[in-house]
Amino acid sequence: MRLAVLTDIHGNAEALTAVLADIAARGCDGMAVLGDIVGYGPDPAWCVDRVRSLGCVTLQGNHDAAIRGSGDDMSTNARLAIDWTRGQLSADQADWLAGLPLTAEMEGLALVHASWQAPADWIYVTGEATAAGSFRASRARLTLCGHVHVPQLYSQDLRGMVAGMRVSIGQAMPLLLTRRWLAVVGSVGQPRDRSPLAAWALVDTTAQEITFRRTPYDCGATALKVRAAGLPEALALRLLGGD
Amino acid sequence: MLRPEKGLTIDGFTLGDPLHEGGFATIWAVTHPLYRTPMILKAPKILDGDDGPTIVGFEIEQMIMPRLTGPHVPRIMGQGGFDSLPYIVQEAIPGHSLQSRFDMGPWALSDLLETAARVAEALAALHAQGAAHLDIKPANILTRETGEMVLIDFGLARHRDLPDLLEEEFRIPMGTYPYIAPEQVLQTRGDPRSDIFALGALLYEMATGRAPFGMPSKMKQLKKRLWLDPVPPRFLRPDLPEWLQEIILRALEVDPERRYQTAAQLRFDLQHPGQVVLTARGRKLKPDGWVTLWKRRRRMRGVTRLGATWARADVPILLVAVDLSPEGEALHDLLITWVRRMLTHQPDARVALVNVIRTAILGLDSGTDAAGQSIHVSRLVALKHWAADLKGGGLDGAGMNGGGLNGGGLDLPEAQLTFQVLENSDAAQAILDHAAQVGADHILMGARGHSTARRYLGSVSAKVVAEAAASVTVIRAPSPGAPSLSAQTTGAPSPGAPG
Repeated sequence: MRLAVLTDIHGNAEALTAVLADIAARGCDGMAVLGDIVGYGPDPAWCVDRVRSLGCVTLQGNHDAAIRGSGDDMSTNARLAIDWTRGQLSADQADWLAGLPLTAEMEGLALVHASWQAPADWIYVTGEATAAGSFRASRARLTLCGHVHVPQLYSQDLRGMVAGMRVSIGQAMPLLLTRRWLAVVGSVGQPRDRSPLAAWALVDTTAQEITFRRTPYDCGATALKVRAAGLPEALALRLLGGD
Repeated sequence: MLRPEKGLTIDGFTLGDPLHEGGFATIWAVTHPLYRTPMILKAPKILDGDDGPTIVGFEIEQMIMPRLTGPHVPRIMGQGGFDSLPYIVQEAIPGHSLQSRFDMGPWALSDLLETAARVAEALAALHAQGAAHLDIKPANILTRETGEMVLIDFGLARHRDLPDLLEEEFRIPMGTYPYIAPEQVLQTRGDPRSDIFALGALLYEMATGRAPFGMPSKMKQLKKRLWLDPVPPRFLRPDLPEWLQEIILRALEVDPERRYQTAAQLRFDLQHPGQVVLTARGRKLKPDGWVTLWKRRRRMRGVTRLGATWARADVPILLVAVDLSPEGEALHDLLITWVRRMLTHQPDARVALVNVIRTAILGLDSGTDAAGQSIHVSRLVALKHWAADLKGGGLDGAGMNGGGLNGGGLDLPEAQLTFQVLENSDAAQAILDHAAQVGADHILMGARGHSTARRYLGSVSAKVVAEAAASVTVIRAPSPGAPSLSAQTTGAPSPGAPG
C-alpha cells in the first residue's frame, strides 16, 4: 500500500491544495493526516473542511487541541494565532477538531502527532535521545509523526542503537527489515528547514520504503493572507524563508 | 528469532544443505516453488556481544543489492529481518572466485587483459548505477558461464542515493588491506575511483605475481600507501610492455584525480593498448629514490583527505566526434568554437576526441595506406593536430575562429583530453559504442551537408541523436540563405542542409 502522509498543515490552503494535487498526480492508495490542521495560517476553516472531505485517518495536534483547550503553554505568536483561529471556526468544526484521536495504528504503522512516548505531552522528536523515547514506547516497525516541521528519519538497530539519517528529498529510502524506523514528516503548511516548499511523505508498505517529498506552492500568496488577516508579521515571513 | 537449519521454510524458501560457513555468515542452498534459478541464502552469524560490523555489513547488502541490476551482480530474490530470520536470498553463481587463479601466480598477458577488462566492465556497470563496491579483491569476483564478471559481497559498499550505515559507526579504515585505496585509508567512503585503485592492485598482482603493497595487516603499514610508490612492474618482470605498466601505475595513482576517472576508460586502454599514451610512469624501471620519497612523505603528512564521494557526477565527459575528411573541414572551426564554449561553462569537463576509420563491411582492411603508413597512426596524428587549436597552440587558432571565444587558448592537461581512433564499418555505431564505454554525458558532432556520401551512407548524426544515451549537440554551418546569425561562425561555404 502507498500511503501519503501529511502533517502540520496550519491553515495554509495554498500549500494543502498543491500537496493534494501532487499526491493525486503520483497516485496513492490512502492518506493520513497527523494533526495541526489549524494554527498560524490564514485559512483554518477551509483546511478543516478540506481535510474532513478526504475521509482519511486524521489525528489531533497540539494546535487543534488548543482550540477547545488553552494556548497557555504556547509561544506568543502561536497563542495569538490560536485566539484568532477560534473566531474563524464554526462550532461544528471546533467540535470535530476536539474529537480527533491522538494516535492510530494501521498496516503495522504507528501514527502520532508528536511522540508515541506520551502523545498528549507534545514532545518534540528532534534528536536521537527523543527518538529513543519513542522507540521504547512503540513496537511498530515504522512510526510516523510530525510536530517538528523538519523532516528526519531515525532507525533503531538490533543492538538498540538509535541513529539519525540524512534525508534525501525525492529518493525512496529503504526501511531495512533489520531495523525499526521513526519518520518525522515535515510540515505541509509551515516548513522550518530553510526551504519554503511544502513537505510530505509517501510510505510504501509493500516495498518497505519511505520517500520524503517537497512540493512548491505560492507561499507569497499565503504570506499576504497572513498579513491581511492581521496575524503576526513573523508568521508571514516564516513562510517565505522556511525558517 | 529462528536458527537456519536444513528443512526450515521461511517466506516460501526452503533451506537445503549448508554450503559454506564463514567467519561472519553461513550460506545455504535454498529452493522456492516460484523460482527455478539455483539460489543461495546468506544469513549473518549473530555472535554474542557487539558485532556491529557483521550486522551493518549485512544491512548494507540488504539495502544496496536489491537496487542493482544487470549481469554483474547477483540477482536478489528475497530478504528477511531480525523478527524471524535475517537473510538474503540471491541467485547462485557456480564456480570459483578469481582467488583460485590468483593463487597460481602471474597471468599470461592475453588472459590478464581479457579478465581485467571484464572486471572493469563490471565496475563500470556498478558505478553507472550509483554504487561503489569498496572491497574489490579476487575473492569477491565470480565468473558467469557467459563470461561476465559478477561482483559479490557488498558489505562495505556505498550507494550515492542511500545513507551510509557505516559512516558513523566505525573509525578504522574498512576494506581489504592489500587492495584498499589511499582515500579509503583516510576514511573517504564512496569514491568510485577507489574501485579503480583496487583493480589497479589486482592488475599489478596479475602481471607480477605479487601484490603491489605486500600483505599489510596493521594501520601503520597502511599509511605508507600515501607516499610509498610500488616497485614498477617492469622492475620485477622486464618483459612486461611499457603500456601495461602505464595502465597499472595510472590506476594506482595516490590522488584519485590522477587515476583513470572511470572504469570504462581503464577498460578501453586494456582493450586498445596501442593507444595508451606513454609517460614517465610507463617507462620507469626502478622505485623512486629516497629523496623523492622523503619529500613526498613530508608533503603527504599534511594531507588528511583525498577523493570525494561521487566526484565523478560533477565531471561531465564531453565526447567530440571529429570528421577529418576534407568534407568535415568546413565545420572544424565551428566545432572548436563550440567545444570552447562548453568548456567555459564546465572548465573541468573531460574531453574525449574521437575519429572513426570506416572499415569495409566485407573483407579485411590492410590498415595501411598506399604509402605504407598505418592509417590508424596517421589519423591519430591528424586528430592531435586538430586538437592543437583547442589547446590554443594552433597557428591558426586565433585567426580563423571568428567567434567571441578565441584568444585565451584552453590548455587542457593530459588527463582532461583524450584521443581515440575507432574502427567500424558504421561510424554512428562506433561513436555510440564509444560514448557508452567512456560514459559520455554529452556528444558534440558536426552534421554532414548534402553530399554523395551522405546520400549513400545515411546521416551519422541522426543515428547518434536517435540512439545515444547521452545528450547530443549537432553542429551545423548556417545555410547561405538563412537569416544571418552567422557572424560568430566561420564563413565556410556550406550547402548547409540538415545532416
